Amino acid sequence: MRRIGVFICWCGANIAGTVDIEKVVEESKKIPGVAYAGEYRYMCSEIGQDMIRDTIIEQNLDRVVVAACSPRMHEPTFRRAAESAGLNPYLVQMANIREHCSWVHKDEEEATRKAVALVRTAVAKASRSVELFSQEIPVERRALVLGGGIAGIQAALDIADAGYEVDLVEKSPTIGGRMAQLDKTFPTLDCSACILTPKMVDASSHPNINLFTWSEVEQVEGYVGNFTVTIRKKARFVDEEKCTGCGDCFEKCPSKVDSEFDEGLVQRKAIYVPFPQAVPNVPVIDKENCRWFVKEKCRVCEKVCEAEAVDLEQEDELLEKRYGAVVVATGFDVLGLEEFGEFNYGKHPDIITSLEFERLVNASGPTGGKLLRPSNQEPPRNVVFVQCVGSRDKSRGKPYCSKICCMYTAKHTVLLKEKYPQSQAYVFYIDVRTGGKDFEEFHRRAVEENDAIYLRGQVGKVFPEGDKLLVEGVDSLSGKTVQIEADMVVLAAAMVPRTDAPEIARLLTLGTDAHSFFTEAHPKLRPVETHSAGVFLAGACQGPKDIPEAVAQASGSASKALGILSKETLLSDPCVSKVDESLCTGCLMCIDVCPYHAITEKTIEEKVHGEVVKRVVAEVNEAVCQGCGACSVACRPGAMNVKGFSNEQILAEVDAVCL
Amino acid sequence: MKVTIESLRSDILKDIADISGENVAECYQCGKCTAACPVNQAMDILPHQVLRLLQLGLVDEVMNSKTIWICASCFTCAGRCPRDVDLANVMEAVRVLLLRERGASRIKAEDMPEILRKGMPEQGIVSGFRKYAK
Amino acid sequence: MSVAREEHNFEPLIVAFCCNWCSYAGGDLAGTSRMSYPPNARVIRVPCSSRVSPNFILRAFQRGADGVLVAGCHPGDCHYITGNYHARRRLSILRRFLGFMGVEPERFEVHWISASEGGKFAEVMTEMPEKIRALGPNRKLRDAR
Repeated sequence: MRRIGVFICWCGANIAGTVDIEKVVEESKKIPGVAYAGEYRYMCSEIGQDMIRDTIIEQNLDRVVVAACSPRMHEPTFRRAAESAGLNPYLVQMANIREHCSWVHKDEEEATRKAVALVRTAVAKASRSVELFSQEIPVERRALVLGGGIAGIQAALDIADAGYEVDLVEKSPTIGGRMAQLDKTFPTLDCSACILTPKMVDASSHPNINLFTWSEVEQVEGYVGNFTVTIRKKARFVDEEKCTGCGDCFEKCPSKVDSEFDEGLVQRKAIYVPFPQAVPNVPVIDKENCRWFVKEKCRVCEKVCEAEAVDLEQEDELLEKRYGAVVVATGFDVLGLEEFGEFNYGKHPDIITSLEFERLVNASGPTGGKLLRPSNQEPPRNVVFVQCVGSRDKSRGKPYCSKICCMYTAKHTVLLKEKYPQSQAYVFYIDVRTGGKDFEEFHRRAVEENDAIYLRGQVGKVFPEGDKLLVEGVDSLSGKTVQIEADMVVLAAAMVPRTDAPEIARLLTLGTDAHSFFTEAHPKLRPVETHSAGVFLAGACQGPKDIPEAVAQASGSASKALGILSKETLLSDPCVSKVDESLCTGCLMCIDVCPYHAITEKTIEEKVHGEVVKRVVAEVNEAVCQGCGACSVACRPGAMNVKGFSNEQILAEVDAVCL
Repeated sequence: MKVTIESLRSDILKDIADISGENVAECYQCGKCTAACPVNQAMDILPHQVLRLLQLGLVDEVMNSKTIWICASCFTCAGRCPRDVDLANVMEAVRVLLLRERGASRIKAEDMPEILRKGMPEQGIVSGFRKYAK
Repeated sequence: MSVAREEHNFEPLIVAFCCNWCSYAGGDLAGTSRMSYPPNARVIRVPCSSRVSPNFILRAFQRGADGVLVAGCHPGDCHYITGNYHARRRLSILRRFLGFMGVEPERFEVHWISASEGGKFAEVMTEMPEKIRALGPNRKLRDAR
């Protein structure tokens, strides 16, 4: 007979408010195999854990059931408590009587009955639990950082400074990301380039960081501690070793296209460096727009390059690299405004997004930092800023708040006033959200010292009239409609994840929310981890964020990655598949369904009637297996089982549920 | 104006919600409806204020306004609303309630001019009737 | 055994297999969001919907369950990459097989509920007992011992 101990948690009033704890204790004692049943106010507290440890010893318990919150919350806690009493941690089962019971049912009698049933089910599973042991798996002590924006750079620098090698993979020709496009940063008005470029140089010159710009991750295999990643290093058509960065090639290149870095406000050449401070300062040829690749005529860049660095025969390289941990920092994009016809964005050059405004005020931008109307290159006088364009808009845009727009718009009004003291800024807003250090003070400065007029309301229509833009809006505080003749209209378009975020999520098996932001493992307590062990998140790929938040999260991710890299071995999760060789018929159906290629065939020798017979059976690589159990269902003779979720355990649970 | 628990929970508010199928609490008063409205100049209370008054339970102020009769049922407000509140439906519901109170219509379907029968949204026609019937 | 359950007072018993990463987490979210639903279903946590063997489902019906639910990640979002595709194929075959055996296939449902869909979890938990209630108790496969 088993000696199972049942520990029932009140969780303060969270469980005890709806479930009759006394009754559950009483009923638990009646379940066959249960040697002890007790309760405590907070089982997860130190006293609660001590109670579990001491009771296991005193009552000589061989299995433990904790009826409390979700096992996704505290299973590790109670396993540790059992381990401290010398019990194998996998002999602990949880009954979720909080999330799946007390919080969702109101009637005490019903909730109590269900709680008892859940305890009975957990006892049934526990009684068929067996001791499980983790394996030690070696760790590849290198990290991959995906995305070379400020978050990726920070994560790479932190890991590299701790003494581990990092590969920083960036899709575009240079690192720097969105921050490189910005002029000043709120609320201090630090020059963005002045604080970013030194970090970019640090990242490129750090002995532990290898930069892979103009590169993309193509395939990811493996698991925490042992990822194998295929990186496509796209052909740059310029030899990085030979290039001196003189710029003759892009001076002479005849093909022009819209510059991505300058948000399409100006054009770049087909061979280009996105901006003068780019790292590495080596041009790339954009194949789609290069005359040689499109029409097989030209090769001017090759002719003018004195260093003979242009190599039009270069091909993409596929590199296979191994890593112990991955930091994902793929950043954000700006929502397309096709759905928002009333703003006439894209139909008039003076109607721009905030990111375009950022380029127009930037000293490295298309106008050399002189803010000029794109239509006639004259200084603007009246500038209308519209907030929440596509943010907080569940019908045509995104339901979430993009978080940074209130602050950067305040910054834009200050920058406008700085450049043109005679100018006037108007801001249409729904709410001004200034949660952050010195944020409210900065917003007030925009209003009180820089005379920005804040109008609480939205804009219904923007249309050109003569050489002006007529803005029709409302100020809901005065209850009046408002018309403004503007020289420029700046739209604070919503922040969205990069378009390839779903693809990255698929490669790394990350979860995403409905908007394709990557989801963290726990919204409060595991904000940088993901549900894929060894993969961490940094920056706006997880949700709208400003620079300091992205940097803080990057350092958090780096420290989590270091937690893995600093170990020589990791303990594997023992809840993986296992073959009973005596039952295996060698049909190998399991190999086909395994998503991790964790199953192989092997030949064993057996003595049958005194003769040695060879036969084929399946073999599971426990380090690679993730324990999904697809193989166990595919297995015809029932030889494949999943430890911790065995056929015997699940059937016992079914029986107990139906009792 | 006086805001009371009785007016916030009045039956007439429930009727407006039932008839329109809209939850006025979803409005966060951005004013997009007013800004987009082509006839806002002729209104005595502005479209977003209609929703605000209903949020505060001040149904009489809405019912006694010119706005609900000036509304052209063009649905621009509904199309632009970031919160998916169909204000045109809400206006219609208020008109329906008023007309139910006042009784029968003085206009027949045959009286409708030919021009209105082509390419006009159904609700536009119906609300046109309601307004004539006033 | 629940043999003696009275017809007119029939409360369906539902066995729900929920994958650890999406649907079980969705159930947790329904809890943390304090959504309310009837207590008919008992959740059995499995690593993945592909862990759910038709054996488990048949056993549940045999032991007197009135309905069985399998819930997993949305197709394409499986934590184990392809698990729910396997589950989808296996379980759609099982559904036809249930009909062949004389068990109303409507007693068996498969839903894709992500970790962020607490509302959908509560909705399924509310609607399924109603549908089963209309079918009445499961008699066909009930263990007759």
